[in-house]
Amino acid sequence: MSIILQVTDLVKRFGSLTAVDRVSFEIREGSCFGLLGPNGAGKTTTIEMMEGIKQPDGGSIRYRGEALGEQFRNEAGIMFQTTALQDFITVREVMRQFSRFYPHSADIDDLADRYALHEFLDQNTRKLSGGQKQRLLLAMAQINQPKILFLDEPTTGLDPQSRRNLWNQVQQIKEQGATILLTTHYMEEAYELCDEIAIMDHGRIIAHDAPDALLAAHFDDVVVQIHAADIPRDIAEREFQAVYRNDSAHILTGDVNKTIEHLLRLDIPLDRLRIRARDLEDLFLELTGKELRA
Amino acid sequence: MTWNRIYALFVARNLEFMRDRSALAWNVVLPVLIIFVFAYAFTEDNPEKFKVGLVADGALQDAAAQFRDTRYIKFIEFDEAQANLHKVERHQVDLLFDANGDRYWINRTSPNGYIVEKLLIAAYADSSATLHKILVEGDEVRYLDWVIPGVIGMNIMFGALFGIGYVIVRYRKFGVLKRLSATPVTAMEFLSAQILSRLWLLLVVNLVIFIGMDLFLDFRMHGSYFDLLLVFVLGCVNLICCGLVVAARISSEEVANGVLNLFSWPMMFLSGVWFSLEGAHPLMQKFALLLPLTHITEAAREIMIDGVGIIGIADHLLVLGISSVILLWIGARIFRWE
Repeated sequence: MSIILQVTDLVKRFGSLTAVDRVSFEIREGSCFGLLGPNGAGKTTTIEMMEGIKQPDGGSIRYRGEALGEQFRNEAGIMFQTTALQDFITVREVMRQFSRFYPHSADIDDLADRYALHEFLDQNTRKLSGGQKQRLLLAMAQINQPKILFLDEPTTGLDPQSRRNLWNQVQQIKEQGATILLTTHYMEEAYELCDEIAIMDHGRIIAHDAPDALLAAHFDDVVVQIHAADIPRDIAEREFQAVYRNDSAHILTGDVNKTIEHLLRLDIPLDRLRIRARDLEDLFLELTGKELRA
Repeated sequence: MTWNRIYALFVARNLEFMRDRSALAWNVVLPVLIIFVFAYAFTEDNPEKFKVGLVADGALQDAAAQFRDTRYIKFIEFDEAQANLHKVERHQVDLLFDANGDRYWINRTSPNGYIVEKLLIAAYADSSATLHKILVEGDEVRYLDWVIPGVIGMNIMFGALFGIGYVIVRYRKFGVLKRLSATPVTAMEFLSAQILSRLWLLLVVNLVIFIGMDLFLDFRMHGSYFDLLLVFVLGCVNLICCGLVVAARISSEEVANGVLNLFSWPMMFLSGVWFSLEGAHPLMQKFALLLPLTHITEAAREIMIDGVGIIGIADHLLVLGISSVILLWIGARIFRWE
């Protein structure tokens, strides 16, 4: 696959703060690239420079080998974290307005079918629910049949069902061959949708690879989770070096049988025990020392 | 620049405006209010139907005193006659009476002057003094005729500055501009659409005011309607561009309000809308020439009152046109989507 977007030594400063510090990566055409990081890591600043919204203080961004220009603006679809639309305009009117901005645009009724907009197509955009608005914004980002689609935390604030629906829609876009750049707070979302992820912290990329490759590179153990009420904290920490997350003690082990035998010897009830493989949430915590949604 | 994009933005802005009932109501109610306030203010519904200029030193003779005691005549005292003859010519007074010289000036085209003259002659019927009648000629220019071009100009000024300024600042504050910046729309296309949308709106609203005032007040219009339209179109564009420059970077409605007031209030008082700047300090007169509303008001007055053609107002059109281009260029250069 060819490189559609190339970011080299990107720098952005706000006064004395360096929000993005020599960030470099490439996005392959047709792939879904995830940019993850805690709040303030610099991912939105990075994505906004890539969208052409903010001007970088250093480095370069090249789309199909060229500096960002008219071709990029015509071929890029963008869904911001938050977007306000003009007041007193219906969904159909805003779709029609945006379709006129581009030389080639998708059929509004097709988009309405794909994103289930028909039920509120003639409704004022101010009166949409959170899920309806996200569907509209995703449809608007698709109005120019983009070759590259930027999705900045598209599912934040959505209920689980709406989030799952949006994932399905992003999967469909991906299957149609569009390149996607996604930022998200949800590790499950990144794992589900992304072919490659880059984890940012303090304006720098601290890890970058396919999700499974990153997990394999960083972990050779699994997590044994025991409900916090089932094991005294001093025993968990002394005997198993457990860490506490939410209401569970997390025991990291390369030998599950041995750990369970040890727990049984200590008369720890195993009714609520869970064993799971290490996931991106663990990787993120290990690399940044922060909870992603903190 | 793509007209398709400008058209899309133009349509969306118009729909937004038409459906914003409070803004629409304000834009419709205000002109109607202006019409009625002016209709009330300038309808002769007071008992003093006639105006006489009176020049008198010391005590009046019996006949003159009897005339001055006539009810329903407003007497305006002048120091001398010659300097105020133009007020008879322009029907600002119906008759000018010099009580010291037993002479009076009257405009033969003035119906009110004819009636007041009869009353004056009647007052002198039993007097041994002889009255001398002097005829002057001229067209009537009422204060109403003089002030209406300025009132329309002022309405354009507020509609342009605040209509454009607030909308763009609000778009920026709530991220509408940010979303547009992620499309191929350029700053010049966006600003052009805003100018066109506000321009046609201002022209329609002020056409309503113009027709409404003419129906109620029958003001003077001696020049070409096309020339007047040209002045108002250029004036609208110029003031809209002023609004664009103000709103080019500001993202706070409070700051925008302050800056827009800073532009509009000096124009309201120093552009000769309500009173002439004749006799004002020369520096103030020069400053007034920097204000677009001065050129709009003066050009409109010259067309409406004196029937001046396009050549006669070319200086005003040139100032408005050139400064519009400069302001638009500055607005587009310093414009920030975020």
